[in-house]
Amino acid sequence: MSEHYRLHVNGSSHDVADGWIGESLLYVLRERLGLLGAKGACEQGECGSCSVLVDGDLVCSCLVLAASAVDRPILTIEGLAEPGAPTDVQRAFVDAGGVQCGFCTPGLVMAAHALLDRNPEPTVTEIREQLSGNICRCTGYGRLIAAVQEVAVARGAPRA
Amino acid sequence: MGVLVPDTLDDAIVALGAQPDALVLAGGTDLMVEINEAHRRLTGTETVVVVGRLPELRTWVHDPGAATVRLGAGITYAEVETGPLAALLPALAQAARTVGSPQIRNVATIGGNLATCSPAGDGLPVLAALDAEVELVGPDGRRTLPVGDFMTGVKRTARRPGELITAVTLPVLDGWQGYAKVGVRNAMVIAIAGACLAVDGPTRSVRIALGSVAPTIVRAPAAEAFAAAEVDWDGAAVSGDVSRRFGELAGQAARPIDDHRASAAYRRRAVEVLAARLLHRAFPAEARGSTVGG
Repeated sequence: MSEHYRLHVNGSSHDVADGWIGESLLYVLRERLGLLGAKGACEQGECGSCSVLVDGDLVCSCLVLAASAVDRPILTIEGLAEPGAPTDVQRAFVDAGGVQCGFCTPGLVMAAHALLDRNPEPTVTEIREQLSGNICRCTGYGRLIAAVQEVAVARGAPRA
Repeated sequence: MGVLVPDTLDDAIVALGAQPDALVLAGGTDLMVEINEAHRRLTGTETVVVVGRLPELRTWVHDPGAATVRLGAGITYAEVETGPLAALLPALAQAARTVGSPQIRNVATIGGNLATCSPAGDGLPVLAALDAEVELVGPDGRRTLPVGDFMTGVKRTARRPGELITAVTLPVLDGWQGYAKVGVRNAMVIAIAGACLAVDGPTRSVRIALGSVAPTIVRAPAAEAFAAAEVDWDGAAVSGDVSRRFGELAGQAARPIDDHRASAAYRRRAVEVLAARLLHRAFPAEARGSTVGG
């Protein structure tokens, strides 16, 4: 039996027809909706490269059954900002040298936004813990943590 | 057939009653891994009943008179990690903080941890140490059973076809409680060994439950009886000899195996150390300046 349902992604509604029952949200975003920002790597929730927001919560889209996400707002990296107008987090990642091969970047940007929206003044420990589900093999994380700290300060947090 | 997203618990029970072999999906962090990796091969004829956001499963209630907390099965680890639930159930909050990553904890549920019933499930030693009661609802009605009876083997439970785990009820104990585990890093790691210790001050009892060292979570009754007798309850203190012996007795309750994560011998030693450390944390008066558990 094929699945037919509707997903709300980045503020617009998308019909998904003829889906296989077991398709993950990651698969549907990339292969059916053409949204290639969320990356597929481990497909078991270990790497965080596929992170998106569902109902405002940071989740691994590879672990979301696509057909279970009907009627829930989904935000992907493509919906964060217009092309050419990066968010403060995206700009800080670039400025800090936190973007190298780039594979983990969309997931980490989503995680950083989710962290700062919930906790505007995170400690280094809190940043490390909140980014612990996103694996980066290039940066060694120091630049990423610095970027998150810079955004927090720019948004008004006292400098740690 | 297909993916069903019922709006109410009653609708979910009806759907499961009609399709007792349906797959039940809560947070998805176990089931989707099996599907993605084709450990579970779907033919397309299955029914998936999505239960993670059923409002009846997303609530919790603290009953101060009974000194219990009833957690809906859809409560996530993120929700028990901080806030009022963390104050009521501190060991569960500690265990929650070690589950996966923020992404996992945002969706993974207590009910799902029970349903999967992995020996490494981080919430389960806490439920076992606290003598939690598991509530199930099926076509024949509602029943509850002790978590120790619910867990029957590696990824095997007493849940009957067509039943849904709806809640777990835990006592709010008056005493220290904590969870500790051994893994290869602090985040995103499956426990090589885990342990929950809970003290009940009024009855002067100590409970210890061990994870990842047997087909299901095991309690260590000999260790518990030893601690109850040997702890200095008035001084809130425990000697190094007592905590070491407590660890040994806990290790004797383990039935670990060798696998790709660790050897059986390492696992047994690890739970000995974890149990001894937890006992010292519970009764810290003599712990200052001494080292515990090797």
